[in-house]
Amino acid sequence: MINRTRYLTQSVAKILIWIGALSTIAMMILILFQILREGLPVLHLGFFLDSPKNMGREGGIFTTIVGTVALTAVAIIVGAPLGVGTAIFLREYTRESKTSRVIRFGTDCLAGVPSIIFGLFGFVFFVIRLNMGWSILSGGLTLAAMILPTVISTAEESIKTIPSSYREVSYSLGGTRWQTITRVVLPSALPGIFTGILLSIGRSIGETAAIILTAGSSLVMPTSLFSPSRTMSVHFYILAREGISMKMAYGTGAALILLVLMVNIIAQWLINRYIRHRT
Amino acid sequence: MQRTPSPYPSPPRGEGKGEGRFGHWNFVFGIYLEFGLPARSLSLALNPENGQTHLKPTFCKQNAPAKAGIWNLGFLFLLLFILFPMGCQRSKAGITVAGSTSVEPFAELLAEEYMSRHPESHIYVQGGGSTAGIEAVITRAAHIGMSSRNLIGDENKLYTVTIAKDAIAVIVHPLNPIENLSLDQIRNAFSGKIQNWKELGGSNRPIDIVTREEGSGTRESFQKFVMRKEDINLGALVQDSNGAVRQVIATDPKAIGYISLGLVNDQVKAVTISGVEPNLRNVYNRKYTLVRPFLFVFNGEPAGAAKSFLDFVLSPPAQKLLLKEGLVPVLQEPD
Amino acid sequence: MAMKEKIIEKILLLTAFSSIFILGLITFFIFKEGLPLILKIGIKAFLLGEKWIPSKGLFGVFPMIVSSFWVTFGALLLGIPLGLACAIFLSELIPPSVGLLLRPAIQLLAAIPSVIYGFWGLIVLVPLIQNHFGGPGLSILAGSLVLGFMILPTIITISEDSLKALPPTYKAGALALGATHWQTIWRVLIPAARSGVVASVILGMGRAIGETMAMIMILGNAVKMPTSFLDSARTLTTNIGIEMGYASGDHRQALFATGVVLFFIIMALNTLAISLSRRRVH
Repeated sequence: MINRTRYLTQSVAKILIWIGALSTIAMMILILFQILREGLPVLHLGFFLDSPKNMGREGGIFTTIVGTVALTAVAIIVGAPLGVGTAIFLREYTRESKTSRVIRFGTDCLAGVPSIIFGLFGFVFFVIRLNMGWSILSGGLTLAAMILPTVISTAEESIKTIPSSYREVSYSLGGTRWQTITRVVLPSALPGIFTGILLSIGRSIGETAAIILTAGSSLVMPTSLFSPSRTMSVHFYILAREGISMKMAYGTGAALILLVLMVNIIAQWLINRYIRHRT
Repeated sequence: MQRTPSPYPSPPRGEGKGEGRFGHWNFVFGIYLEFGLPARSLSLALNPENGQTHLKPTFCKQNAPAKAGIWNLGFLFLLLFILFPMGCQRSKAGITVAGSTSVEPFAELLAEEYMSRHPESHIYVQGGGSTAGIEAVITRAAHIGMSSRNLIGDENKLYTVTIAKDAIAVIVHPLNPIENLSLDQIRNAFSGKIQNWKELGGSNRPIDIVTREEGSGTRESFQKFVMRKEDINLGALVQDSNGAVRQVIATDPKAIGYISLGLVNDQVKAVTISGVEPNLRNVYNRKYTLVRPFLFVFNGEPAGAAKSFLDFVLSPPAQKLLLKEGLVPVLQEPD
Repeated sequence: MAMKEKIIEKILLLTAFSSIFILGLITFFIFKEGLPLILKIGIKAFLLGEKWIPSKGLFGVFPMIVSSFWVTFGALLLGIPLGLACAIFLSELIPPSVGLLLRPAIQLLAAIPSVIYGFWGLIVLVPLIQNHFGGPGLSILAGSLVLGFMILPTIITISEDSLKALPPTYKAGALALGATHWQTIWRVLIPAARSGVVASVILGMGRAIGETMAMIMILGNAVKMPTSFLDSARTLTTNIGIEMGYASGDHRQALFATGVVLFFIIMALNTLAISLSRRRVH
């Protein structure tokens, strides 16, 4: 009977979906577990505080942590103001017009450019043309360009959710546009913007291709913005490919995963809190 | 900028622009699409409310200056104004050594040793390949270039110093029964004329050739000494450093490749070539001929910190270090 | 002061154009370095040439284009069915409490750096393929599998969101008309969420085609035209990544030219995604 076929199909389909979905999710989590399992035992305080010795075979990853922090810091310092400024402009100063459409198009396209192209650009522009050499500055500026779309879209979203009544009241009380923005809109949108910045940090930490081409791969502790430096993900990549030390590779990988997870978990928690706050 | 106390009534639910029924979801995946394509337009598409309808308010002109928030824009421009002029200078305190990835691990060891003896110095070792290193010296992007091949043509105007000699070893998996190969056999294996190990005396398995990438000094030396006029097969696996080649061979019993002798460890096996074992003694008595120089390249006479490092590299303790690592020092003969 | 407001507005306008400015810079430099070479050896010779031998001045990227698409296609073969299954699973088949845990977990997976996936592929997949399927293990198959796992979180999250964004009347109506749960899902909800699912797939494609580091680790990077899933290959991105440091002169320009080709492909995908997401099914 036709009734039974339908329910049979449904049971089969549901079973397949259950199996497929569960095994997929399990597989993805297993990938992380594999690295964490081998890598966590390697992590101890010395691992984080010692500098790499013998090309990374011994010692820790301290210089790479410094490199990662420095690069991310440069990227945020340059990228966040640009991104938030763009978002403010798009949301507060224009309507949907030719200008805003052009800007959005630019942002969208930038979001889709692969990281190796950013690396090529950073290499030929910052390293060679502006003669900054392989340095934290070159890498940081390239990273800033990469995180720009993320910052713009999150800042825009969070500014968008602020009810116009806030602005109306401010204007009716005699505030100028800029006053309204800085005293009413931005403070309310700040958690969302901050979350976007956090997510950009998460992305910067994991970025490899563009960094190798612009910040180099020197293991020495960087002493200035113009020193080359190795980030954790670059170090991990090099350790893994050259077979220098599997143990160190696992350890760096585990540290990388934990760091990225931590940043993103905080960001997610902030999002949830922010949403609950506003609704 | 103080937090404005909120005299405004709290907004009723759903008044914000981004809140469709699933407003917060749009917010969320606006963020998570950073790896991909148009985040925002996607969120627009899935947001039931489209377009912009917010009011454009008129406002009175005020005399009160807007202090708040201008500082971060000012900071940004200050940063930009500082950055660009500074871009022309670079840190004078350190020297950059860039080039061949074959020389790189040894240069790093030497740099580590040098910096422990001279704590105030900074030496940054960078890979990139022989060609890139030479170019970096020409453009002064690096103070010292590392090369694992001889200079050609125009490059010869640069000042070069041989810091060591390195042999190229042909390696296979430790469990591979082959112990010895002739130069012809190696050439035929790499060109693809021979495709199965059984033709070389091994088991019946296809040969996986591993080579370095184009532009590598190691590959050029291999090409020059072994391949001569023939090309390495286009189907060969390509890796961009000696360590990576070694890794592939160490994990593939069917693979054959070539790396710097100094990098051979117990994860791979170096074959003897026509009976000649690749070791330092055979390099010295010229029996093993797959030898290439490791060069430090300078733009003009070395001076200052670069010269100081060069002097160290050519000194007996440094050369002894290189010897220990499997290179052939230029200064002394082994006993 | 109105003057101050005007100044601020102009400053912000400048800031807002930063993304366009950067995009323009990138386009300019990539094309400036790459286009001369393409014109020098001819577009056809470059795009359709099958031999990439820089030492001889041969720069044909056709094998790379084929490999890029092949690896991406393989990744989608894995990603679309499994991604869709997970999306359906998350939105329809599990109790909401479990979903509250799983959904953020999957979003977190999207943030894991690609080198981690590449490493896992190197350690686990490559030996597996070597032992069970033959060949060196460094192959398109390994690349597709790893890429598939990398784009799964993207496809799952967006598809699931588009399923959730459908008006509940669709589901209610279908069920009221007597359809089974599965029939509702398969014949009503998924077709309705079609544009979101397609957009997620295109996004995944964009990420897959642009992936470099993990691919260098596990694809083997041979320059020959691949003929099977077990062949080693080189994508447009890995071509740039693996030779960039060593190249000079024509060779380097050829790598930028590869970047130009990549650029065009990504822009085409971009535009497709934008146009698709503007049309909605309701």
